[in-house]
Amino acid sequence: MATPFVVKDCTLISIATGEEAQNLRELSDRVKTIHPGCIYYHFWGGMLRSAFDEPEYQNDFAAWAWRSLHDSRLAERLAIVDPSHHQQDIEGLRQELIDVIDERLSESEYVPWARSGQRFKFTRSQIVVFDTGIRIAHPREMADRIARMSLGSIFYHFIDARRRTSQGKSDFVEWFYDFEEEACEELIGRINRIDPYFTTLAALRQELETAFQECQSEEERP
Amino acid sequence: MTNLLDDYAEIVGAVVIDQLKQLARPLQGMKVVHVNSTREGGGVAEILNWLIPFKNELGLEAEWEVVSGDRDFYQCTKSFHNGLQGNPVLIPPALLKAYEKANQDNAERMRTKLEEADFVFIHDPQPAPLLQLCPGRRGKWVWRCHIDLSHPYRAVWKYLRNFVVGYDASIWSLADFAQPLPHPLYLIAPSIDPLSQKNIALYPDEVHGVFARYAMNPELPLITQVSRFDRFKDPLGVIHAFRLVKEFTPVQLVLAGGGASDDPEGEEVLREVRAAAGDDPDIHVLLLPSDAHREINALQRASTICVQKSTKEGFGLTVTEAMWKGRPVIGGDTGGIRLQVINHHTGFLVNTPEGAALRIRYLLKNRDKLEEMGRKANEFVHQNFLVTRHLREYLTLMIATMQKGVERIEM
Repeated sequence: MATPFVVKDCTLISIATGEEAQNLRELSDRVKTIHPGCIYYHFWGGMLRSAFDEPEYQNDFAAWAWRSLHDSRLAERLAIVDPSHHQQDIEGLRQELIDVIDERLSESEYVPWARSGQRFKFTRSQIVVFDTGIRIAHPREMADRIARMSLGSIFYHFIDARRRTSQGKSDFVEWFYDFEEEACEELIGRINRIDPYFTTLAALRQELETAFQECQSEEERP
Repeated sequence: MTNLLDDYAEIVGAVVIDQLKQLARPLQGMKVVHVNSTREGGGVAEILNWLIPFKNELGLEAEWEVVSGDRDFYQCTKSFHNGLQGNPVLIPPALLKAYEKANQDNAERMRTKLEEADFVFIHDPQPAPLLQLCPGRRGKWVWRCHIDLSHPYRAVWKYLRNFVVGYDASIWSLADFAQPLPHPLYLIAPSIDPLSQKNIALYPDEVHGVFARYAMNPELPLITQVSRFDRFKDPLGVIHAFRLVKEFTPVQLVLAGGGASDDPEGEEVLREVRAAAGDDPDIHVLLLPSDAHREINALQRASTICVQKSTKEGFGLTVTEAMWKGRPVIGGDTGGIRLQVINHHTGFLVNTPEGAALRIRYLLKNRDKLEEMGRKANEFVHQNFLVTRHLREYLTLMIATMQKGVERIEM
């Protein structure tokens, strides 16, 4: 019998590095050497921040290029960098980021700069993981349970899992491998197809719930 | 579960309290001392008023100590405050000597307690030298900076940096304030206590009572700024904004503040404010005692709009308080106000008295928008700026500091 799914919750605590960039050249230099946790934080950390609107740009680098450098071309190029393509390879993500920044530097006649109050502040984070005490025995219970999970739980099991699971996927998928049922195989495929990045945690929770519900109803169909 | 934790669970939910208990488990029985420079007045004292009992309730042994000094000490630390917020100030050597001497005297008094503590949290520059004056310390020492240090006057920061460089960690309200130091720089925003006299729900009679007590017109919209009488809070700018609004629509203004015992400039600023208000019957300058928390609560709840037109602001707990009471806030576009006032959602960020006047007029005319923003403001505080989030981050920092360098803390 498979072990139950342990529902966890998490929060991030932010740590400033004291490193900052006032112009694009400085951003390029800092990105090359900055703590890998900063790259992770500035791509994924925003998902756990409260917001009233969906962000114009998904990562902090793109948002800074747009808001503080007023370089919309660079902002668009940075915004399309997708960290989920790099899974557990933060150095690959760093290199893609450097390539985009350096390309923009090479085509610019001058180095775009920000006002002094709008410097890019490199931040990293520590993750704190809580046990919610909730255990789920079988995938068919998941549809009901996921709607009640906190956004921190969704982040932990669907986003954070990418850097700590063997296949760089979600905890849900890792757990489903323990079940040899056909429905689980379909579910694994569906969940793996969910784009974790260009969205919000609330929308992700909704997508997961839909996937679980649809698989459950197909399983129950005569 | 104890009563205090039960009370908070009613507001934030049992899950949040359970997380605090999980975090407190490895810290049971640890001696924690917080040190600041005043027991009353100002945001730091208000935070410590709830933080200490809350930590004790969770099984830690927390205490609060206050450093004191002579007039020169407070004059010096006020100059630090002004300098750290960017004013070029020249501090005479005699005042610096008084600062160091006061810290030596305070260290003599509390050395044993501080050296024996598992954690010592030193708040702001006033007690910062205590670290160097406690060579036998065995615990972790954390410096908590509540001030907007985004553009410090370098000479002042250079002097103070010597005292804070040796701490095990420091805490800053915003990334913009954090100065490079050779230890982890935690970013923890302050918070308010929803169960304190300042923030607890009041009956309508008590709220409306303020109109009679201060000879105000209950039929007129009320604009309120609650803050110490401090130039960085720009009370004169608020009066200017009010007069611009009053040209178009009847309105009344309250500028309410108490003195903080560590602020020697307050009286001078209060005189300037009274002079600027003149004999306008619609401007009410209220100097309230430092324990008038319930009165401030009632004033904020009686207000139509709250203003915090600071030109520099560490965080601005009065903004959080007003938002918690469902009031949109028109705030200066600076420091921690930017974390709370989300333009067009929980209020408006402004840079001039004219900007404040424009937004006040807009909200007075668009009452639906005013109410919608008030609802969003309350929800935003509920999610981000209540004591439970603040305490969770303090406890996390303590565990992280004990497990130096870990990126993942599993409870």
